[in-house]
Amino acid sequence: MNGFFAVLGRDLAIARREGGEALLAVIFFILGTVLFPLGVGPDPQLLAAVAAGLIWVMALLATLLALDRLFQADWRDGALELMAISPESLTVIVAAKCLAHWLLTGLPMAVAAPLMALLLNLPPDGWLTLVAALLLGGPALSLIGAVCAALLVGARRGGVLMTLLALPLYIPTLIFGAGAVEAAVGGFDASAHLALLGATTLAAMALCPWAAAAALRHAME
Amino acid sequence: MRWNRGEAILADATATANPSGGFWHRLANPARFQRLAGWLTPWLAAAAVGLFAAGLYFGLYASPIDYQQKDNVRIMYVHVPAAWLAMMSYSTLAIAGFVLLVWRHPLADVAGVAAAPVGAAFTFLALVTGAIWGQPTWGTWWVWDARLTSVLILFFLFLGYIALRNAFDEPERAAKAAAILGLVGAVNLPIIKFSVDWWNTLHQPASVTRLGTPAIDPAMLRPLMLMAGAYMCLFTVLVLVRMRLELTRRRIDALQSARAGAIE
Repeated sequence: MNGFFAVLGRDLAIARREGGEALLAVIFFILGTVLFPLGVGPDPQLLAAVAAGLIWVMALLATLLALDRLFQADWRDGALELMAISPESLTVIVAAKCLAHWLLTGLPMAVAAPLMALLLNLPPDGWLTLVAALLLGGPALSLIGAVCAALLVGARRGGVLMTLLALPLYIPTLIFGAGAVEAAVGGFDASAHLALLGATTLAAMALCPWAAAAALRHAME
Repeated sequence: MRWNRGEAILADATATANPSGGFWHRLANPARFQRLAGWLTPWLAAAAVGLFAAGLYFGLYASPIDYQQKDNVRIMYVHVPAAWLAMMSYSTLAIAGFVLLVWRHPLADVAGVAAAPVGAAFTFLALVTGAIWGQPTWGTWWVWDARLTSVLILFFLFLGYIALRNAFDEPERAAKAAAILGLVGAVNLPIIKFSVDWWNTLHQPASVTRLGTPAIDPAMLRPLMLMAGAYMCLFTVLVLVRMRLELTRRRIDALQSARAGAIE
């Protein structure tokens, strides 16, 4: 487990020293969400009806934004090969990088979400569920995205392809996440949606680091 | 002389993947596979033509109309086999990916390349015929039903697979990456299959592939099965032809690079 914390600390340190760059995803999340009332009009009823879905779609897109740097930079400067030949298993290293990615994008977005809910006039009944859903589903987004990022290491036009590969795989998370908030706002029990969201994250935790590590190994052959 | 050198490179490449007997090992020799596929293709093509003729005759003419849907039910004979083949094509991709990663069988990669666009076409056909069927029976071209959405995801997975294959300069790397994506995307297959049971939505549950007797009249089951057989033969013919094309293309590439090497 030493390798896990070493990689986690390293990725967080790099993000800290890069200054604001690591928070670009959250700024994109906030700015993109703010654009919608300007585009569709400030009608509070309309905004309340679409708020849950909008916030989730923006969270998906903001996650993608930071993902293509997840392995690409390390692959380019050779750090990834050093990690691969280190005694620590590559799967554990990938898991650490996913956790660092989530701490830098998923967690700040969940913290910023109530503010977005306020701006989009989401009924207060849904706020707690929104934060809970983003906290539960966020790791799945980072993990599934990590598999796609690992597959695209060294590819031409990686950024555009990232969208094509990851978004279809994100759809279940989006459906359960937005569904939970809709249920809470409508006065229903959201626990079924949250349980499915948690199941998605658990399945992603079990499978994705392994698949991403396999993809990285092939990339470095 | 230089042509022989190209042949020798190919022979070397196949000899390493051909350590002992067994049907699959012997198929690893591209020339042997080419011969077998070349022999099979016309027979399967003839079977596809025959099955299509019989299936369309029974489906469009010699089968009863539905008491509710009238003649619209005949769209089923085009739509349902297309959806089955879409699932089968993706299973082919996933199995080919598994075989490539585990046994490094040289044909697995070729099969993946060949099956992906064919599968995308069948998925597209299933979506379009479903919309044409949905308009008169459900009153809408498209609903965000679980079955429809998961098949749409399947279509995007095919597109992603094709795009990923073309994104690398090294063919080896493209093959491995696409194989892993094929396996990851396979989680969608059970979701499509059971979407009609898990979510109570507009698309009807399975009426043929269920335990016990199928909930469909034998007079309707016959054209459906004939069309399914025709689609299967068509799929196999298209994949075999595309595999032969891909093998030939690789052979030409190998010969050309060997020739370029000889000129230097």
